[in-house]
Amino acid sequence: MSAPNTALRPDLQLIADWITPGSRVLDLGCGQGELLAWLKTHKQVKGYGVDLEVANIVACVAAGVDAIQGDLETGLADFGDATFDHVILSQTIQAMRHTEEILNEMLRVGREAIVTFPNFGYWQNRLQILKGHMPVSETIPFEWYNTPNIHWCMLGDFENLCAKNGVRVAERVVMDQGRRVHWLPNLLGSLAFYRVTRAPGRAKA
Amino acid sequence: MSTNDTSVGLVRAEHADFETPLDLASGSQLPAYTLVYETYGTLNPDGRNAILICHALSGHHHVAGRYREDDKVAGWWDNMVGPGKPIDTRRFFVVGVNNLGGCHGSTGPSSINPTTGVPWGSSFPVVTVPDWVTAQARLADRLGIDRWAAVIGGSLGGMQALQWAINHPQRVAHALVIASAPRLSAQNIAFNDVARQAILTDPDFHGGDFYAQGMVPRRGLRLARMLGHITYLSDDGMGEKFGRMLRSGEYKFGYDVEFEIESYLRYQGDKFSDYFDANTYLLMTKALDYFDPAKDYGGDLVAALQRATANFLVASFTSDWRFSPERSRELVKALIAADRHVVYGEIESVHGHDAFLMTDPPYVDLMRTYLARVAEEVNA
Repeated sequence: MSAPNTALRPDLQLIADWITPGSRVLDLGCGQGELLAWLKTHKQVKGYGVDLEVANIVACVAAGVDAIQGDLETGLADFGDATFDHVILSQTIQAMRHTEEILNEMLRVGREAIVTFPNFGYWQNRLQILKGHMPVSETIPFEWYNTPNIHWCMLGDFENLCAKNGVRVAERVVMDQGRRVHWLPNLLGSLAFYRVTRAPGRAKA
Repeated sequence: MSTNDTSVGLVRAEHADFETPLDLASGSQLPAYTLVYETYGTLNPDGRNAILICHALSGHHHVAGRYREDDKVAGWWDNMVGPGKPIDTRRFFVVGVNNLGGCHGSTGPSSINPTTGVPWGSSFPVVTVPDWVTAQARLADRLGIDRWAAVIGGSLGGMQALQWAINHPQRVAHALVIASAPRLSAQNIAFNDVARQAILTDPDFHGGDFYAQGMVPRRGLRLARMLGHITYLSDDGMGEKFGRMLRSGEYKFGYDVEFEIESYLRYQGDKFSDYFDANTYLLMTKALDYFDPAKDYGGDLVAALQRATANFLVASFTSDWRFSPERSRELVKALIAADRHVVYGEIESVHGHDAFLMTDPPYVDLMRTYLARVAEEVNA
């Protein structure tokens, strides 16, 4: 299969912009491997995707991406300490049961973690709650009864979790509809992007 | 597409005789030997589209196709190998070989030892996975294959694929290690020893030299196979297929065959003891037990795998408890630590260890997709 020439989704492009060329990358919940395939071609990265679904592993193979079938809830035991430069968890943390564990595991196997999630504080979500319903939107496309998303948070909540676990926020970007949001991010941003590292002098909490 | 369009059709076995002595891991030497093999498809002029299929405990070189139109069964991996199948013989030149010590035409305990004029029997040396790989490499030389596009095997066959990648890094582009393990667990060795004990204690075994007596240690072989079969199936799979079904519908209060599972196991055991050699069974199980490529690297599997340059596909099956997914993940973890290219699939299946011979759709998809990329790499 030839190198992917199509443009990345804006949210994946933002993550890709944070990746150092030639680095080692672990993409957790890699789906069909589109981000890693792009990074391999354009940034010469090495690394693996991890996904729970065998169909996604097959899609990764077709895209030329090395992928490991596995369940993130059981941790990252297949990966050694400090093996990767970047560990990515894209729009998945809100669907995980072991939220703190995965954050700490990411910073065990990697120097830097990139975590993105739908911001529950987005104004449209708030509006739907005011109208008396759980939010359903482009970034939250599920009804309350069939959503895989069990751990909702807003920007401040995630930052509190980081602080509690000795994790330093190196950079934060908030987006809405593919554009960066600078003003009132917790209200106007639908997607949050964080680059985090282990705070200096702090081992795992 | 009809079944005939996806079959390699009529095939025949070839023989390769080797006169150069083969030094074995045990310290023994085989002065000369024959390997029986089959090939399907066409080797490209650049010789880069060759795939080696390594067989498991009771397998052999007859991987696909039929010898005669009216053969009841095709080769043992006919569902995976053929035109348009995952191991596509329109693109690849596929080689199946019967390993040394086998009983399907390659030199083994039931072959005549040329220096004595009688079957080797108990004097046939124990051969190991690395010995097989060395012999297979000589066959590759003979066939003009410098580098395999892929070496593929399930179970004991997967061990050979892994050993190839470590021992001959330059000669393997891809290693497909399916339902296998980097070494056996104590439990797995234990099962093998019960099987061996069944054979070794059969009065008809005669210390391995039963050929001269015109005997076959049939009871031992039968028990070994019955035990093996239980471990190749999953509890769920067996339950689904046989449950508590009775042949006659009611209890007979005796020890004859009553439950369908008994009937099935006895049938499998009888069939196996009709054609399989007891010494080969002993030898194959020992090869399994001894397999431990990390041993040559101070017990460090990561160090062993750092020698390999192949890309790996590792696959396991959820209900396989003889070669469980945990064993495959051990290998995957070491491959990652060794910074190798690896894809790992953990296929949902009720078929237990036997799943590597079956056609669970996700497994077939994974193999097909992976091998399509291998074919593109070698312009096949």
